Amino acid sequence: MQEKCWKDKMLFRYLFILLILLPIKVFALIEVDITRGNLNPLPVAVSPLSIDKNSKSNFKKILNKENLGSEISIIVENNLKQSGLFNPLNKDAFLQEPDIANLKPRFEDWNLIKAQALVTGKVTFVDEKLRVEFRLWDVLAGKEMMALAFTTVPNNWRRVGHIITDKVYERLTGEKGYFDTRIIYISEEGPKTNRIKKLAIMDQDGFNNKFLTLGNELVLTPRFSPTNQMVTYLSYFKNLPRVYLLDIETGMQEVVGDFPGMTFAPRFSPDGKKIIMSFAKDGNSDIYTMDLENRIVERISNHPSIDTSPSYSPDGKHITFNSDRSGYQQIYVMSSSGKNVKRISFGSGLYGTPVWSPRGDLIAFTKLHKGKFYIGVMRTDGTGERLLTENFYQEAPSWSPNGRVLIFYRETKTNKKGEGFSAKLWSIDLTGYNEKMVVTETDASDPSWSSLLSN
Amino acid sequence: MNLSKILKNGFLILVACLVLTACATKKSTETLGQLQGDVYTGSDTVKELASGVPDRVFFATNETVLTTASRETLRKQATWLRKNSDINVVLEGHADERGTREYNLALGERRANSAKDYLMTYGISSERISVLSYGKEKPVDSGSNPLAWSKNRRSVTVKAN
Repeated sequence: MQEKCWKDKMLFRYLFILLILLPIKVFALIEVDITRGNLNPLPVAVSPLSIDKNSKSNFKKILNKENLGSEISIIVENNLKQSGLFNPLNKDAFLQEPDIANLKPRFEDWNLIKAQALVTGKVTFVDEKLRVEFRLWDVLAGKEMMALAFTTVPNNWRRVGHIITDKVYERLTGEKGYFDTRIIYISEEGPKTNRIKKLAIMDQDGFNNKFLTLGNELVLTPRFSPTNQMVTYLSYFKNLPRVYLLDIETGMQEVVGDFPGMTFAPRFSPDGKKIIMSFAKDGNSDIYTMDLENRIVERISNHPSIDTSPSYSPDGKHITFNSDRSGYQQIYVMSSSGKNVKRISFGSGLYGTPVWSPRGDLIAFTKLHKGKFYIGVMRTDGTGERLLTENFYQEAPSWSPNGRVLIFYRETKTNKKGEGFSAKLWSIDLTGYNEKMVVTETDASDPSWSSLLSN
Repeated sequence: MNLSKILKNGFLILVACLVLTACATKKSTETLGQLQGDVYTGSDTVKELASGVPDRVFFATNETVLTTASRETLRKQATWLRKNSDINVVLEGHADERGTREYNLALGERRANSAKDYLMTYGISSERISVLSYGKEKPVDSGSNPLAWSKNRRSVTVKAN
């Protein structure tokens, strides 16, 4: 369960060197608009990172990768493609060799294959470390848009690809990326009446999957701390459903608070200092917080109805939650002290699992209406409801750290009689476009997206 | 608070009764003979705590109100528990899959508690009853149809010792 990545995060921080950042001339350079569904993804060429002979053989020894330069460029390509905003061009069409890292590209060659942006770079083995340099070029304007270099341990080579993608995405869209991130989720196996569930974690692109529990007890609804080292989740350890806190780095686990009954639906506060959750007793579920430093427990809601699925606004001033106080499940917003409770969902159907966007302006939710499940978003006052996707059964959206993509899970039947089923993670853009299955080793549910690992 | 709960429950019973009578006339000829309204009335998943004492009660969609049949079952359980004062029980509350996971955990807890409250009114001490909600995590029927769902909306009384 020991996680090397977290330590390496610090390395990244210290070794991140800004090579050159040219003065930005926004008007002249390409830009990608991510606020609308993008039906014309930007054609981009990702030249394989060049690699010298010596570095090549060293990386082969350590990582068993024949050509690390092209492996990293493939990660970048896949990320860009998955985003739906970019169309990475086929490498077979490239006219210029990868060894252009330090030269100015022959723009007319790239123009010919209709590339509008070009990524070049090189990877070297220096003092037992991996050093990467890369540049982003505007092919039409014939200009360099960005140049960066950084150094890390070779084992982090996949993250190098993700960080390059984040920088390219940020430079071209004007918003932070979400590629150097991880997903914590529930891995599922076995028949529905006897499902084995394990806590699992993987990179955003499905690689480096690890199981964090063995499947001996039922586990549900893991959520990342904004600081990324901790996860809170529900475990039925010894048949006592309680909210737990898990340190991913050390593997240490503890029960959150000392409640005489079931605690569930946990999430962190935006500063990572509190856990907000439901506590159920005598048929009544209310919302509580526990301060992780001084262990003080506070009751936030007090109503004979079911109050659950709480989620803080990013400024920590408000809480959105799910309550059936009107008779059925609806979404409410209140102040972080539990005052000024306002219902915000008024459409037809039931509403659950509200999650505040990291940008603060939207709340994502699950809606049940006429036997269908929808993932949607609305403004924090309940206006502007937009349903992004409809299916037989799906729920539990979680936001990408930049608030542009939602990951959720969906159960599907394998035949029309409603027999057989499979649970998978899916992602969809806030625009409602680019719906994609996220590949996992096993069946999967309850995804939670981390914030950016390096920043 | 209590008053509003009573009023609410009363209202729900009223609604349930109306729904039940409405559906009873409509559905009497349908082949799903194991459903009344959408409350399961069959017995294929029901086990016995002792001879003639069924172990579980069933609920309507999104409801926690006990039906007449459920109350009869719980009265039998209470009689059995009074006779066997050394036995403690766990009431396991469940929901069907047609709901969000977290809400269903709360709903299962509420269902088990409505069974618990009823046992208590028939003289069983709350110290002998604990409550455990599984939400929709442990269905007995893996199907995705009204009959399967009705079997899964349940509170099961299990011997604790």
